[in-house]
Amino acid sequence: MQLVLEKRAERSNTIALISPLIAIGLTIVTMIILFAILGKNPFAALVVYFIEPLTDSYTLQEIAVKAAPLVMIAIGLSLCYLANAWNIGAEGQFLIGAVAGSWLAVKTQGTEAGHWVFPAMLLLGAIAGALYALIPAICKVRFGASEILTSLMLVYVAELFLDYLVRGPWRDPNGFNFPTTAEFDPVATVPLLVEGGRLHLGTIIALVVVAAGAVLLGKTIKGFEIRVVGAAPRAARFGGFNSNQLILLTFAISGALAGLAGIIEVAGPVGHLQPNISPGYGFTAIIVAFLGRLNPIGILIAGLFLALTFIGGEQAQIAMKIPLDVTKVFQGILLFYVLACDSLILYRFRLVSSSRQQVARGAH
Amino acid sequence: MRKTLFAAATALLLAGSISSDASAADKLKVGFVYLGPIGDLGWTYQHDQGRQALVKELGDKIETTYLENVPEGPDAERAIEQLVRAGNKLIFTTSFGYMDPTLKVAKKYPNVHFEHCSGYKRDKNMATYSARWYQGRYIQGQIAAKMSKAGVLGYIGSFPIPEVVSGINATMIGAQSINPNIKVKIIWVNTWFDPGKEADAAKALLDQGADIIMQHTDSPAPMQIASERGKLAFGQDSEMIKFGPKAQLTSILDTWGPYYISRVKAELDGTWKSEDVWGGLDTKMFEMAPYTNMPDDVKKLAEETQAAITSGKLQPFKCPVVAQDGKEVECKGGDHLTDPQILGMNFYVKGIDDKIPGK
Repeated sequence: MQLVLEKRAERSNTIALISPLIAIGLTIVTMIILFAILGKNPFAALVVYFIEPLTDSYTLQEIAVKAAPLVMIAIGLSLCYLANAWNIGAEGQFLIGAVAGSWLAVKTQGTEAGHWVFPAMLLLGAIAGALYALIPAICKVRFGASEILTSLMLVYVAELFLDYLVRGPWRDPNGFNFPTTAEFDPVATVPLLVEGGRLHLGTIIALVVVAAGAVLLGKTIKGFEIRVVGAAPRAARFGGFNSNQLILLTFAISGALAGLAGIIEVAGPVGHLQPNISPGYGFTAIIVAFLGRLNPIGILIAGLFLALTFIGGEQAQIAMKIPLDVTKVFQGILLFYVLACDSLILYRFRLVSSSRQQVARGAH
Repeated sequence: MRKTLFAAATALLLAGSISSDASAADKLKVGFVYLGPIGDLGWTYQHDQGRQALVKELGDKIETTYLENVPEGPDAERAIEQLVRAGNKLIFTTSFGYMDPTLKVAKKYPNVHFEHCSGYKRDKNMATYSARWYQGRYIQGQIAAKMSKAGVLGYIGSFPIPEVVSGINATMIGAQSINPNIKVKIIWVNTWFDPGKEADAAKALLDQGADIIMQHTDSPAPMQIASERGKLAFGQDSEMIKFGPKAQLTSILDTWGPYYISRVKAELDGTWKSEDVWGGLDTKMFEMAPYTNMPDDVKKLAEETQAAITSGKLQPFKCPVVAQDGKEVECKGGDHLTDPQILGMNFYVKGIDDKIPGK
């Protein structure tokens, strides 16, 4: 007797629906065991983790603020991935968008510029992100270079470029040579939605992006093309779809969204340009995109959920003195179970007796 | 049924956690925000040692909480605010990049006191603190010049910010007081902690003829490389003697404990004020590890220099300070450079045959 993983004839929609729930259930069971081993009350820990952050307007705001860039970037990435174009460099596009938008903020600093500054910064951020994403896309289309490698390597280029700017030409002249620009003027910062809070316009923009993504994929021919090119490249060719053009398009959109997220983050929660403006949003967004099954609504939920684990993790550190490593283990276990359960959508376990397997092999 | 049971259980647990909060309510809550994981040595470890010293001294009156590995980006403000919301009344934010987030939260919560390490922005309820590590670098420069046979020092820099640049200058001024022809080779690794890069830098420096390794980075890798090659080195932040028992000459030790204890005592007494504390050897804001692997006369010299700096008799940046281009630096502090001049230092002193990156 042998346990084998066997491909299903067709994907199981029931499992697709309940798989995230199974994953969360398994995570909770695992964490209960882990917390118990650590000598912490597992139920109290889960409450601090999952429930308390949802019961307070402050933490709800923080969850939205944390999720906004992740969701925005992940929507763009999902378009790429659906079209079978592998943009791994959203982090770099995020940084370049932040740099381009900040350029205007730095140049207009102290000049009493009007309220056009902030919208113009958003536009610059999106354009720069798109152009930066087009570099690997063009290399792929023209020269057949692996977009996975080129887009990833351009992340380091962007990091170093940002580093150079804030240590050199854009350094705050009154900042004792520390590598940061001066704080942006009020006209160059993201408007807040709630006085005294951190909830900003970027969260609304993220929701608009989700809606736009849903319409694009669900209701337009372009969206259909993207899905067909990814899922059935041969059929797409017969259908007359130009896959190269789609690679350029999806890369440009995802670069623009990452760039937009970048400038919003810098002009909002950070408030100035500095070397560390991203705790790896561009990479975390890849997880968000897959956790959300490359579906805009799914991505919104996944982004909010991941943000919840970050904020819950901090609260667990504060309230229960649970070490940071455990909160990271928690996120890791969750992703592990989600991906493991997802494989059950396309595969299933079967007990096979070894003799039957031989027969099956012989028949080939 | 099961649902209601679960809800009841959570309600009970919540009630439990609230009541335990109430019993701790009379204790002062003190929060810490750390840049890295605590680990076994280095910057964050030393801050946590300070916190532990604090708990040991005042543990019956206070309760401490820390958040580790908080990146200096958009998450920092939230981490600090979470500590405020959890009831912490005095919060230490222990890295330069937390400056603006700390200030933002401080403005929002005027009744909470904040202490930011190594920055320059302050407010009514936000103090700053840092240490005059350049004093220790001066002593190290003298030891290095005495101990180097080649007359070439190898210096691993992290980022070319004033603190690091003033450290290099203090080292050279100290070394030149012993050997006017001493040379230094500098490699910037653009990181505070990366054992691989630091080890490579140490190897490159030794290959270029340096025989003493000095570092302004956190890992013990340079010490290990020096030790493997039978050369000498200085530790940084923490005691590193176990990584180079035959290599370590001394190490600059960040000892935050006394400062944390004094500030928390002030908070308990109601005498806390926003200040700018830049403590040196005299206030034990940092200490020197025992002088090892050197002859007695060098040890004696080091101890004498340390005593002179501690008493204020010796100023590492005593005028005239001559910059690389041969021009004397304006002497704003009478007979030595002023604190703002040192805090904003962006030039090399004469004798350094190199150029500050990005300048």
